[in-house]
Amino acid sequence: MDRRQFLSGTAVLASGALATPALAQTTEVSFFYPIAVGGPITKIIDGYAADFEKANPSIKVKPIYSGTYQESITKALTAHKSGTPPVTSVLLSTDMFTLIDEEAIVPINDFLKTDDDKKWMASFFPAFMENSQTGGKIWGVPFQRSTVVLYWNKELFKEAGLDPEKAPANWDEQRAFAAKLTKRDASGNTTQWGVQIPSSGFPYWLFQGLTTPAGAILANDAGDKTAYDNSAVIEALQYWVDLSRKDKVHPPGIVEWGTTPKDFFERKCAMMWTTTGNLTNVRANAKFPFGVAMLPAHKRRGSPTGGGNFYLSKKASPAEQAAAFQFIKWVTSPERAAQWSIDTGYVAVRPDSYDTPAMKKYVADFPQAAVARDQLKVSVAELSTHENQRVTKALNDGLQAALNGTKTPEQAMKDAQAEAERILKQYR
Amino acid sequence: MKSPRLTAAIHGWLLLLPAMALLVLFTHWPAVATFIDSFYSTPRPRRPARFIGFDNYQTIVSDPVFWQSLWNNLLFALGTIPVSIALAILMAVWVNDRIAGRTLIRMAYFTPTILPMIAVANIWLFFYTPQYGLLEQIAGALGFSSHNWLGSPDTALAAVTLVAIWKEAGFFMIFYLAALQGISPSLAEAAALEGASRWTFFRRVQFPLLMPTTLFVLINAVINAFRTVDHIIVMTRGGPDNATTLLLYYIYQVGFNFWDTTYAASLTTVLLVMLALAAFAQYGFLERRTHYR
Repeated sequence: MDRRQFLSGTAVLASGALATPALAQTTEVSFFYPIAVGGPITKIIDGYAADFEKANPSIKVKPIYSGTYQESITKALTAHKSGTPPVTSVLLSTDMFTLIDEEAIVPINDFLKTDDDKKWMASFFPAFMENSQTGGKIWGVPFQRSTVVLYWNKELFKEAGLDPEKAPANWDEQRAFAAKLTKRDASGNTTQWGVQIPSSGFPYWLFQGLTTPAGAILANDAGDKTAYDNSAVIEALQYWVDLSRKDKVHPPGIVEWGTTPKDFFERKCAMMWTTTGNLTNVRANAKFPFGVAMLPAHKRRGSPTGGGNFYLSKKASPAEQAAAFQFIKWVTSPERAAQWSIDTGYVAVRPDSYDTPAMKKYVADFPQAAVARDQLKVSVAELSTHENQRVTKALNDGLQAALNGTKTPEQAMKDAQAEAERILKQYR
Repeated sequence: MKSPRLTAAIHGWLLLLPAMALLVLFTHWPAVATFIDSFYSTPRPRRPARFIGFDNYQTIVSDPVFWQSLWNNLLFALGTIPVSIALAILMAVWVNDRIAGRTLIRMAYFTPTILPMIAVANIWLFFYTPQYGLLEQIAGALGFSSHNWLGSPDTALAAVTLVAIWKEAGFFMIFYLAALQGISPSLAEAAALEGASRWTFFRRVQFPLLMPTTLFVLINAVINAFRTVDHIIVMTRGGPDNATTLLLYYIYQVGFNFWDTTYAASLTTVLLVMLALAAFAQYGFLERRTHYR
C-alpha cells in the first residue's frame, strides 16, 4: 500500500466511522489456488484480485498459491482439520466427494438468492457441471476447466509426407500417422516419437481420452462404483500399450506429464496429448506452426473434462462465505471467464464468454482456441468417486503396470477393479 | 526440613525441564498418541472413531503396497548405506592428505549436503529426463541406446538410490575427516618406519580407530534410509506402479492423500518398531566391537 492509498483509506475509514460504521468493515477472503500449466499464472491471479478489490472496496481478496492440485487438496484439508481453512479454494472438480465426506464445503445453492444469481449459475457449460453437482446440490463453481486435446506439429507432418492441416480422426489413423512420424537413427535409437500420451502423476485422466471413445464410462454418478474391468476399458488400454510396446511409435515406460510440452517444443514428439490449459504455453514456445484437434475417435468421439472448481469452506463465517461468493461470481462473469481463457488457454467455462468481443477477436486470430469448446459437446465427467485419490490410484497403478509390461492390460484392470471395489463397498 | 540432596535433585530436574518438555510435547507424546490411534478406525464426520483392536495391523499384513514399499525400502537401504559409507571413507582419506587444492575438493564433496533435497531432486530429474536429459546426451554421444530411467520399474529405484548416495556421502565424509584428523600423526610415522603399505596402514590402524565414527555414521545412514523421501515426492511420486514407494512415502500418501489417518498411524508404529530394533541391534552388536579411546 503506498502513501496515497493509505491516506485515502484513512479518509474512507474516518468518513465511514462518522456516517455508517458498518460500511468501514472489510471482509478478508483468503483463497488457495493451484498451478497446473505453464505461464505467469500467479501474476494473472493477483491482477484479478486487485481488480476485484477496486470494484468492491469492502472485500479484500488474498490469493495464496498452494502448489500442484495434489498439494492444494492436502493443504486445504489439513487447514480444514486444524480449524482455519481458506474461505475458498480452487481444487480439482474430482475432489468433490472427498470434500463432502470430510464436511469441508457448503453447497452453492444456499447463495443463489436473486434471479441474477440463478441465471449466472445456469450459464455454465453442462459438461462442466457434471462434475460439480451430486445428490441434487451444486458444490463447485467451474473455474480453471480444461479438457484433453491433441496438439500436432505441422512441420513434422509435412516432412513425413502427411497433410499438415489434417489431424488423425480416429485410432487407426493415429497409429498410422504416428508410424510415419517416428524417426530412428542408424543404430536404431528413436530420435522422434510419433505420439506421446503422458502417464506420470494422473494417467487415468489421459486414459479417459481413450476409454470414452471406446464407449466406456469409468464411474457412476453416485461415485460409489467403478467399471475398470469393462471390456471397452481393457480394449482402450490394449491400444495404448500397443502404441508403445508393439508399434513402438510412443515412448516406452512412463511418459512424464511435465516434460511432454517440452518434448513437443524440442521436436522429440510430433503429436502430444495434453490439457487445453497448455494452449497459451504452447503458443508462446512452439517455434513451428502447430494444430490443435479433438482426440481421435473410435466408437465415438470423446474426452474427459478436467481442472478446478471453486469450493466454499464450511468453516468460514457467513460474511466471509458471502464475500467469497461475490468474488467467485465476479471472476466467472462472461468477460472475466473470457479473459482467463485468453490468458491461460483454459476453456472459458460458459458459452456466452465466446460471444464477448475479446473472445471473438481471439478465436478469429487463433482458431485453435475453439477446439476445446467444440469438444465439450462430446466430453464426459472426469473420473471421480468417494475416497477419490485412493480409487484413482488403483487405476493409475494398473495403467503404469500395463504400460511397463509387468501386467497384461486385462490383469492390470482386474486388479485395479478389485482394489476399487474393496474401498467403495462401504459407500453403497 | 530441606536436605541438600533434595535441593540438588530439584535443581537437576529444573535444568532438564525445558528440553524435557519440548521432547515430550513434540516427540514422545505424538509417538504414544500414534500408537493409541492405530487401534481405532479413522474418524469421519459421520462416523466417529471406534476401537477396532488389531484390524489395522491385519490390513497391513494383507496390503501388497505395504510389502512392496518395505521391500523397496530394504533395497534402498542396502543400496545407500554401504556405498555412501565406503565413498565417504574413501573421500575423507583422500582429502585428508596434503594434496594441491585440498580445500576446493573438500568443498566440492560437501556441496551436495548443503543443497536442499528438493533442489537436488530437481537437478537429477533433469539428468534423468529421457531424450535430452544430461545422462541421455552422454549416453547418446557414446552411442548407447536411450533409456527412461525414472519411468521404467527396472531402473527407477536404482535411480533414486543413486541420488540419495550422492547427497549423503559428502555429509558422512565430514565426520570421517574430523575423526582422521584426530588420529595422532605419530601412528603414521611409526607405520612408515615399519614399512607398512598404505593399505595395511588403513586396514590395521585407521579403519579400527574410525570405528566409533562408523557406528555413528551407520546409525545415521540407517535412519536416513527410512527417513529421506523428499526426492521421491519430486521425482517419481512413488511410481511407476509403486516401484519407488518407500515406507515413509507410503505413510504420507495414506495419511495426507487418502486421509486414512489411523491406518497411517499403524504403519508409522510398524516403522518405529523396526527402527528401534535396528538401533538396538546396532548398539548391542557393534558397540562390543568398537574401540573407544
